[in-house]
Amino acid sequence: MRTASSTKSNYPVAMTPDALAALENAGFSRRNFLKRAGALIVTFSMAGSARKLAAQSPVQRGTALNQVDSWIAIARDESITAYSGKCEFGQGFSTVQYQLIAEELNVPLDRITLIFCDTFLTPDQGVTSGSQSHPAEFGATGLRQALATAREALFQMASQQLNVPVDQLMVEDGVIKVTANPSRQMTYGQLIGSKTFNLTLNNRAVVKDPSRYSILGTSVPRYDIPAKVTGEYQYVQNVRVPGMLHGKVVRPPAVGAKVISVNEGSVSGLPGNVKVVVKNDFVGVVADKEWQAIQAAEALEVKWSQGDPLPDQQELYAWMRKQPTRDAYTVLAEDVDSMLKTAARVVSATYLHPYQMHGSLASSCAVADVRGSGSSATATIWSATQGVYPQRDSAAMVLGIPRENVRVIFVEGSGCYGINGADTVSYDAALLSQAVGKPVRVQFTRRDEMSGGENYGPAYVLDLRAGVDDKGQIIAWDYESWTLTKGGRPNATTPGNIITGALVGFPTPALVPARGNPPANYANNGNAASSYGAGVVAGRSGGTGNIRGERVLTHSIASPFFTGPLRSPARLQNTFANESFIDEVAASVKADPVEYRRRHLTDSRLIDVLNAAAKAADWDSRPSPKPGNARTGVVTGRGISCVLYEGDNGYCALVAEVQVDQETGRIVVKRLVASQDSGPVSNPDGLRNQMEGGVLQGMSRALREEVRWDEQAITSTHWRTYPVYQFGEPLPVVETVLVNRPDQPHMGAGECTITTVAAAIANAVFDATGARLRQIPFIPARVLLALRSRG
Amino acid sequence: MAALSLKVNGRSHSVDAAPDTPLLYVLMDDLQLNGPKFGCGLAQCGSCTVLLNGEPIRSCVTPVSDAAGQEITTIEGLGTLEAPHPIQKAFIEEQAAQCGYCLSGIMLYGKTFIDQNPNATEQQIMEALGGLLCRCHTHVRMVRALARYAQEVRA
Repeated sequence: MRTASSTKSNYPVAMTPDALAALENAGFSRRNFLKRAGALIVTFSMAGSARKLAAQSPVQRGTALNQVDSWIAIARDESITAYSGKCEFGQGFSTVQYQLIAEELNVPLDRITLIFCDTFLTPDQGVTSGSQSHPAEFGATGLRQALATAREALFQMASQQLNVPVDQLMVEDGVIKVTANPSRQMTYGQLIGSKTFNLTLNNRAVVKDPSRYSILGTSVPRYDIPAKVTGEYQYVQNVRVPGMLHGKVVRPPAVGAKVISVNEGSVSGLPGNVKVVVKNDFVGVVADKEWQAIQAAEALEVKWSQGDPLPDQQELYAWMRKQPTRDAYTVLAEDVDSMLKTAARVVSATYLHPYQMHGSLASSCAVADVRGSGSSATATIWSATQGVYPQRDSAAMVLGIPRENVRVIFVEGSGCYGINGADTVSYDAALLSQAVGKPVRVQFTRRDEMSGGENYGPAYVLDLRAGVDDKGQIIAWDYESWTLTKGGRPNATTPGNIITGALVGFPTPALVPARGNPPANYANNGNAASSYGAGVVAGRSGGTGNIRGERVLTHSIASPFFTGPLRSPARLQNTFANESFIDEVAASVKADPVEYRRRHLTDSRLIDVLNAAAKAADWDSRPSPKPGNARTGVVTGRGISCVLYEGDNGYCALVAEVQVDQETGRIVVKRLVASQDSGPVSNPDGLRNQMEGGVLQGMSRALREEVRWDEQAITSTHWRTYPVYQFGEPLPVVETVLVNRPDQPHMGAGECTITTVAAAIANAVFDATGARLRQIPFIPARVLLALRSRG
Repeated sequence: MAALSLKVNGRSHSVDAAPDTPLLYVLMDDLQLNGPKFGCGLAQCGSCTVLLNGEPIRSCVTPVSDAAGQEITTIEGLGTLEAPHPIQKAFIEEQAAQCGYCLSGIMLYGKTFIDQNPNATEQQIMEALGGLLCRCHTHVRMVRALARYAQEVRA
């Protein structure tokens, strides 16, 4: 391990012992700050820290959410340590948190250390998901409010010590000064240094007005990128604990298959002190070296029962309609049927979305060290989980030890986009470590990750109908969908929500069929209701549009495969249908797709992002399809879509320009222009990075991705059987437009653009060809089918 | 197990490993390098890429015995935080990463191609990286970073 005293560093070497211990406990061994072009590149290296961690007795901090000391500690040397429950997955949010701390406390970035996601050190903020990090940390009970409370307390202390009223004080670089006589001053370190605040979060503490931001709102470079490009960054795959062994899992070859017998003798001659671990249907091996464990897992003979019968993939969508359902209404206007009857025109369409997977680039990995037995047993788990606390609680159940004795420490894996294998592999490592009494690292194979590790994004069937009056205005909107569910996020009561929990015998809660009740209030969290509905519930309108005759009904059915949140869960599938359908209705009345959307929208911010994307793309205003396009050969077209993510958490719009080869059915996306309004922009370049990745990932999911299976098992087990967009293929021009709203609350950023992509592409293909794509993925065979069925 | 001699990033190491062990596990577990990473183990994604005598290979499917005695370079061997290699600098300047797990493949294949073809267009660079994956889909920035590096090589 290198030391902190590199030549260019202005690293605060004289950190207090507790701050340094906390740092090292959290996995940071070094900080290094490089000055560049007036901006700071803050870099960290976590190399070698895990080794140290295992040997140290844990230093547990108070982590109550409502206590300022849970969030922030200021040392005598002026160094600031902040604690957060929002993790870094490459989305850049920890850099935003550094900016927030520097901004609210008026301190330089290089004085701050951020520690995130460790159950012994950081506040329990649940999971890092759902585009909730900005709303949470800038909300009334998050990091920003804790910082504002701390700053007000520091001003009070300075006021007393300097004997000057608070309103005659100012702060610069962590030094509180008398405004009229700045030589009279006290530093934060002098005021509080290494002592605790002993304060409850004050929800009336005044936060800085975003219009006065000088650090937030600027493109501070990501702190982690230099260490990532130089190979110094420690991912969870690189956690190395002394005496650590390597484990591999042996998953059932068929969905639902049970262990009949395990022939331990089949691996007895293999090198590496191989041990076999069996617990109900959980099977794994442990060996000294990774390659030995891989070979042992391949050699181990396990007799399995037949699996559960799986629905025929060819008939999936018809099968889904016939299953028992649990129903939920988002909106239920009683007059929808009568309005559809009296409408001048009724348009209807059905959209189909397959199961898709996170397909994280890294096969998931975790390291666990479980020691002792009974109530004195302890466990430390290094995991790339989205939620260290839910994992602590559920892993404690899986291990049968008190949850106070379990420490989960987040270490970044590869991008996760939802519940990839990170949680389930953490159970795997913990179970194997418990069985052999030594620290164990488990690295999934690609097959483990894709067919025995993650919770897929579920398939959808969506039926839409619209009634249009004689002026072309939509008067009724009828949405009915079927989707599937099994398991989900693990928590204190449901370790069986993920694969390993179920294999060791924890039940996966069964779907209980039930009829839906009329909603009590309007909540469009899953974006089942379109943007054009008025969302009238209990006499109040909560939607972003003007269609009052609205019925939105979702049926959930039991899934044969584990499901869970996958980037923009439900919202992406629903928005594909809703934003394709509004386009179909617009075409039926020969209206321009942008103008027709505007005609049905009431929310000015949604209209603004729609206009912003259209303007940036130099939108060709006219009805679709594009006049004059030939019915053979290569043609081009443009399409648009928009959404208010989760009904209240980020506005975006997207224009797609495509080229379609009508002989081969191949779609090439030429240009993607995205606009987004998430309230105040914290880091413009970071937001653009998220938007760019979102649109290309959305393009991959729209054009390529579908989980496949046969009678018994998932057959999408690697990148050839689950193809995604990759280097070497045509790269669209990607443009981003940021609509900054410093006067509005912070909204989510990470999942907005991906939500809009499939519909924008389908709409562009319709514009180019007159053929409507209603089933994802838009593979060439399906495009050719749609072209052939053109009217 | 056999004692094998490996030369990695200019330093010689003696490791005890079965000759058929993929090079990646030796670099990752025995030599404790963080640069080359396990993504698929099937030579399908590129996360495990290293240079063998200056040419990119997939270390997840290369037996360690094939690499013994030859020059192996990982992204750690290009430059450091204090003195990053121009290609690393280009990726920092362009902020060309999200999770960054794929970077070994993108940077090492990109560097090899550009060093031989410094006048390549962005489209040619994109095509030269065929067979590599970035699941955060940071392609736009990565191609831009490689184009910036190409500019540097030309200068």
